[in-house]
Amino acid sequence: MDLNALRYTSSDEWARLDGDTLTVGVTAFAVEQLTDVTYLELPSVGKKLDKGQEFGVIESVKATSSLYAPVAGEVVEVNAEAVKNTNAVTADPFGAGWLVKFRVAPGTNLDHMLSKAQYDAKCAGH
Amino acid sequence: MSNRRTPLYDRHVALGARMVPFGGWDMPVQYSGVIPEHKAVRSGVGVFDVSHMARLSFAGPDALALLEDVFTNSVAGMKDTQVRYGLVCNESGGILDDVLVYKWPYGYAMVVNAGNREKILNWLDVRKAGKNVQIMDQTFDTTMIAAQGPRAISLASGLFEADISALKYYFAIPTRYQDKGCVVSRTGYTGEDGFEAMVPNAVGPMLWDELIAKGAVPCGLGARDTLRLEAAMPLYGHELTEEINPFQAGLSWAVKLEKGPFVGRETLVSAALDKSKPTRVGLVLGGKRAAREGSPILKEDDTPVGTVTSGSYAPHLDRSIAMGYVPREQSVPGTGLKIDIRGTAVPATVIALPFYKRAR
Repeated sequence: MDLNALRYTSSDEWARLDGDTLTVGVTAFAVEQLTDVTYLELPSVGKKLDKGQEFGVIESVKATSSLYAPVAGEVVEVNAEAVKNTNAVTADPFGAGWLVKFRVAPGTNLDHMLSKAQYDAKCAGH
Repeated sequence: MSNRRTPLYDRHVALGARMVPFGGWDMPVQYSGVIPEHKAVRSGVGVFDVSHMARLSFAGPDALALLEDVFTNSVAGMKDTQVRYGLVCNESGGILDDVLVYKWPYGYAMVVNAGNREKILNWLDVRKAGKNVQIMDQTFDTTMIAAQGPRAISLASGLFEADISALKYYFAIPTRYQDKGCVVSRTGYTGEDGFEAMVPNAVGPMLWDELIAKGAVPCGLGARDTLRLEAAMPLYGHELTEEINPFQAGLSWAVKLEKGPFVGRETLVSAALDKSKPTRVGLVLGGKRAAREGSPILKEDDTPVGTVTSGSYAPHLDRSIAMGYVPREQSVPGTGLKIDIRGTAVPATVIALPFYKRAR
């Protein structure tokens, strides 16, 4: 996974656009802050989300965090394996621990999101 | 005002702990992670810095009278070196703190929650008027370390001058560590066997290092909280407050109404018979989602009946558990309730406490 090819949110999601499919997960930094993920709640396939809308919940023993859609889209696939085995998110947040795939409108871009350098700077200032 | 640091602060930072403010102190919330730390205590041994707990000692001819006045449990009935849990209540029976009292041949000691140290010192100051008793706050002169888990006692073999394995549960012994006077008690806040040691600050870091070198896993406040929750031990500020009396909290065993007068006794005599107030229950949730403090507890018809006071994913039980207060009618084990977790009503069943009990 080329982390430079991903875009990031200040709420610690990452996103990758392949044609009209947007894959979203949480960053390694988020997982490190949460520590062991104990619970994951993801939306149903078919759910339509606005940009910035909450699409799920991720929990560790001590914290509960909401997950937000970085762009508008419709849920086409969720990582059911990660819901069953949340260790996948803890162990490989950019790979096997991806969360949701959205179908996005043609012409959607991620220009408003953070680059890796910008996101790293945000994390360093945390 | 900046937070206080325990004598082990540098050790925590060196071990990579995440430090958080707690009760006026900077304390480690976790090192490797709450789940592995929790499991280390259930299966082996974990070590906790509990130096933030306030440690007071009592001397003088009226020490017993003062303690009997402020403590809900019986002090006169304690044997030398015995440790006893009880509450400090106000006049209306509300809980000011939950504490441990130690009886020595030469006096008494009390261990108080960190966040209640000043409140209890002030309260003792008020209550000791006219009594000949000297109270010494030893919190800042001693380091308190808890080693907890099935291997805690054997791991400490040879560390102290006294044979710790001969200590009975809820008894303590004055002994020596590195030729310095110290106290070891067979107590803890995890639901496991283990001990708590109070040593002079000069040798605190050495004891910490030695326990870790022998294989104890450093554990933070995060694991301490999930461990005590599984063991259904109440936490001040959550299950216990000045608005809650010991009978509601399920702590009638720590209140000796027959022992003679003490602060709050008159109110507590009627509280013991009052079935109208909410009572502490344990809840097991469907699924692994945590019910955090403040989540509303609902009846099956969605009517709110109470509030969660502590809730978490429980690492040893591998499920979501919570404690909270509900009316007595809803408190019977087996009662089906729901918990409103951020707008989602999650099914929850009342179960008899504790959630976890170690095999003896």
